[in-house]
Amino acid sequence: MTATAEKPAEAGAIPSMTVTLKILRFDPDGLDGREAGTEYWEEFTVEAHATDRVLDALHKIKWEQDGSLAFRRSCAHGVCGSDAMRINARNRLACKTLLKDLNPAKPIMVEPIKGLPVEKDLIVDMEPFFASYREIMPFLMTTGTAPERERLQSPEDRARFDDTTKCILCAACTTSCPVFWTDGQYFGPQAIVGAHRFIFDSRDEGEWDRLEILNDKAGVWKCRTAFNCTEACPRGIEVTKAISEVKHALNTGEI
Amino acid sequence: MSQAPELKAPNKAISHSTLGRARRWSWIFQRVSGALLIALIAIHLTVNLVRGDGINQIDFAFVAGKLASPFWQWFDFTMLILAMVHGGNGMRMVIDDYARKPWLHATLTWALRITTVVIIVLGTLVLFTFDPCPANADPSLLPSFCEDFS
Ligand code: HEM
Ligand code: SF4
Ligand code: FES
Repeated sequence: MTATAEKPAEAGAIPSMTVTLKILRFDPDGLDGREAGTEYWEEFTVEAHATDRVLDALHKIKWEQDGSLAFRRSCAHGVCGSDAMRINARNRLACKTLLKDLNPAKPIMVEPIKGLPVEKDLIVDMEPFFASYREIMPFLMTTGTAPERERLQSPEDRARFDDTTKCILCAACTTSCPVFWTDGQYFGPQAIVGAHRFIFDSRDEGEWDRLEILNDKAGVWKCRTAFNCTEACPRGIEVTKAISEVKHALNTGEI
Repeated sequence: MSQAPELKAPNKAISHSTLGRARRWSWIFQRVSGALLIALIAIHLTVNLVRGDGINQIDFAFVAGKLASPFWQWFDFTMLILAMVHGGNGMRMVIDDYARKPWLHATLTWALRITTVVIIVLGTLVLFTFDPCPANADPSLLPSFCEDFS
């Protein structure tokens, strides 16, 4: 990431290219004579460097061509999880996707993530997604008096749930899940990842409360092992594996 | 390396409501019945289509001969029940996913239940009431053991 820090002398050395972005837009207000709620594809052409990401191209469009284009981003470096979108039919973070990895010869298709209500252009209502996350109680649950120092844990116990601690709540997994698209009830992969992070944490004692919630009809049994979530996760979390481990815990009663 | 503190309460045993949830059993059933179906269908196809004269052996006499044996009756019965309940349960999952309107969901679920039961009943009836030696039939088309009855 730091390699992109500006070095004016070399800026010309990076090959530049022309890329076309085809963006699925949604206009809730009906501007420019459109009917309110119109959905339409719009093409933008930008000059970009080979080192640019989709987010840079979106910035260029918003800053130089069409200020009405709406999308979320905050950190711009793959940490905050706010710019998940469907790029060339795959869920990715715009800030972690290089244009040159996307075959810039063809228009790059950019859509909002699927399965959540679109508010404007690439911005979706994340509330149903966060509601599922809240449902699994993503906080440490313990009994007894709190210790005076931190709650220690062996490296092995820590490693048990290391993978699922990496989640940045970007919703790329949940909105790539075919069951989530069709079934309005399913918690979705992220909520199971969030629960996994506590269920397999030796310091936490709320595991059965969470497992009970995931055993519900909106829970893990809805999963069809499609692996879309594992493929989508920009953090490289083995989401499908985490879901299977939760199923296993429910089937054997052992954690 | 520091030791984990002695805070860990023993894990709670699995609760009964957890064990009793239908979704979990439905998930387990799909996998167990699927594994059994692999074996049953493989045997079914081998015996009918590969062994002996292969596909040329299938005629009324061959089928009637098989259905006259209690072993094949119960083999086919198991396959029928497993395939129908597995397929029915699988279709229920698909309906749960796609039929969002309550009336549509209820209609499809009931249609599925009724067809599953009707097919199981009809299939069972055929398996256990099949007459391998119908009266007045051309003897050359019947299984060899029918001669004993005529
Ligand atoms: C060769 C033996 C078979 C195996 C190993 C097998 C295995 C499975 C498994 C593991 C599932 C669950 C999928 C999931 O929940 O993720 C499933 C679903 C299903 N099975 Fe089978 N099955 C077999 C034969 C059959 C037969 C003979 C039928 C039809 C009568 C059938 C119809 C279905 C249906 C409709 C589903 C639901 C599909 C879905 O969830 O989208 N299967 N099967
Ligand atoms: S598991 Fe991965 S894809 Fe899903 S919300 Fe977390 S970081 Fe995003
Ligand atoms: S903008 Fe923060 S993850 Fe992409």
